[in-house]
Amino acid sequence: MNGAAPAPADDLLVRVEDVEKAFHRGEEVIHVLRDLHLTIPRGEFLALMGPSGSGKSTLLNLLGGLDRPTRGRVIVDGRRIDRLSDRQLAAWRARHVGLVFQFYNLLPVLTAERNVELPLLLAPLTRVQRRRHVAAALGIVGLSHRARHYPRQLSGGEQQRVGIARALVTDPSLLLCDEPTGDLDRRSGDGILDLLQALNREHGKTIVMVTHDPHASARATRVVHLDKGRLGTEAPP
Amino acid sequence: MGFVSWLSQVGSVTKLSLETIVERKGASAAAVFGIAGVVAVFVAVLSVAEGFRRVMTASGDPSAAIVMRAGSDTEMMSILYGTGVRVIDDAPGIARSASGPLACRELFVVINLPRRSSGMDANVPLRGLGANAFEVHDRVRIVEGRRFTPGCNEVIVGVGASHEFAGLDLGAELKVGRNRWRVVGIFTAGGGLPESEIWTDAVVLQAAYHRGNSFQTVRVKLASPDSFDAFRDALLADPRLTVKAIRLQDYYAEQSRTVQNLITGLGTLVAALMGIGASFGALNTMYSAVATRTREIATLRALGFGSAPIVISILAESLVLASLGGLAGAAVAYGIFDGFRAATLNWQSFSQVAFAFDVTPALLAQGGGCAILIGVIGGLFPALRAARIPVATALRET
Repeated sequence: MNGAAPAPADDLLVRVEDVEKAFHRGEEVIHVLRDLHLTIPRGEFLALMGPSGSGKSTLLNLLGGLDRPTRGRVIVDGRRIDRLSDRQLAAWRARHVGLVFQFYNLLPVLTAERNVELPLLLAPLTRVQRRRHVAAALGIVGLSHRARHYPRQLSGGEQQRVGIARALVTDPSLLLCDEPTGDLDRRSGDGILDLLQALNREHGKTIVMVTHDPHASARATRVVHLDKGRLGTEAPP
Repeated sequence: MGFVSWLSQVGSVTKLSLETIVERKGASAAAVFGIAGVVAVFVAVLSVAEGFRRVMTASGDPSAAIVMRAGSDTEMMSILYGTGVRVIDDAPGIARSASGPLACRELFVVINLPRRSSGMDANVPLRGLGANAFEVHDRVRIVEGRRFTPGCNEVIVGVGASHEFAGLDLGAELKVGRNRWRVVGIFTAGGGLPESEIWTDAVVLQAAYHRGNSFQTVRVKLASPDSFDAFRDALLADPRLTVKAIRLQDYYAEQSRTVQNLITGLGTLVAALMGIGASFGALNTMYSAVATRTREIATLRALGFGSAPIVISILAESLVLASLGGLAGAAVAYGIFDGFRAATLNWQSFSQVAFAFDVTPALLAQGGGCAILIGVIGGLFPALRAARIPVATALRET
């Protein structure tokens, strides 16, 4: 189910068609997602909401090529990613997706700039080029002055900004954020939401954000609810 | 993804792993120390057997032979009388010098002396030697003092015995029963068994122990190693003699077999048991060092790094840590144990054999191999596990 206004096919960045995802726990089969249809136009800031266990993170993993559906198709930027091998998916993620995690997932042994540089190690860039990209990404998230700091020397909000810079640095077509403010206080969370909103509005980034928080989802251009693996009603942000 | 870009990915992620070893000080140091401990224990225990083996093989001159009474298995059980001994001197195959045939008549008794380390009494061989002793025992070198003077109550002491037992310093007076002996020299014997003994003039020892004109063995230097058969056959064929001749190498091999088997067997067993125990410890450390990084590894995979480059990078890191541990362990084993002096009872002669732990290059190489093995096992399995868990699952691990 997708209640978004019909958009021309070229303008659709993501198409999820008839997707089902089931997990096996012993003999038991748990259906996490069922009969799911969703389209996301380019430039949209979509909030995915729903109670715990509703399948939000599973859907986000399918969109990011971190997992495959049991049935159905996931098409991102015209490419059917549910059919890619693990190795192809890894290469695809490196080029097309930026991931932002709830707990930042920064490597504690690397400085902020080296964390941001990580995805660029997979691209055919010189060291100088990589440094330029890293400086630009840290500039966008407002952390140029903290580039040489280790994660342990940064606040939660700053760590999440580093995480966003790392997601941005390869200029991906899709930013996927899993509870990006879930581990932050309201003030830091607002800062992150301001940043995501700016990335969407000023840089035209397509963002899918999983959140529990209505305050966060209010920043999105569209909100969809998941309940027991099915898309529910859409609410205006 | 082309092979070149795959290789470049392996290079980047391996470089990253190696560069961050220092950042992971705690885990890295624990792994290095663990492996160093295994290697040090492994090398040290095996160096005991190696040291004992070296003493016994260093004593085995192929052109030397020993003559004993037929039916005797050891010097202790043998007795030879003056007339028979003179016949042995004339046997074919014995090397000769200006002073006559290189045949040395020997007496062998065991005395009690306290160990320097524990003060406990131990059996020490006291050997009396006849003429030409230093030509027959041609590896013996006086390193301090001088040779004993025939006819005087003087002894010279092997360097091993001097280190191991109290009262054997140069110039000391050695009291055994009612006899007193002066230590006038310290000698080496190319690392061989005589270094565990005390030597004196055979005639003086005969008198001190009421042995009349009897000896226990005749040690001969053969003209060449090939002369042995002719020498032995001549003695066996002579109706005046009831003796047997054994090549010295074979004699020592037989004499040391029990102890050597025990030390080698026990040493290997202890090394294996301690090694297995310590290896599990080191493996566990390596394993947890990698296991705690499951989420980091998952993050790298989520960002687009392939599983194989990640496994290779972790393996490289663990090999570097293992090599550092191996080097440290080998250095510790060499620094502390090489040349460390000890003595053990040789059951066949009921006397102590002094020897030094011998940390050989071969043992160090074996220790290095052991470290590499721990590195491979400790790094590979957790890395494979971390690389095989579905990314989405691994990202949720703490």
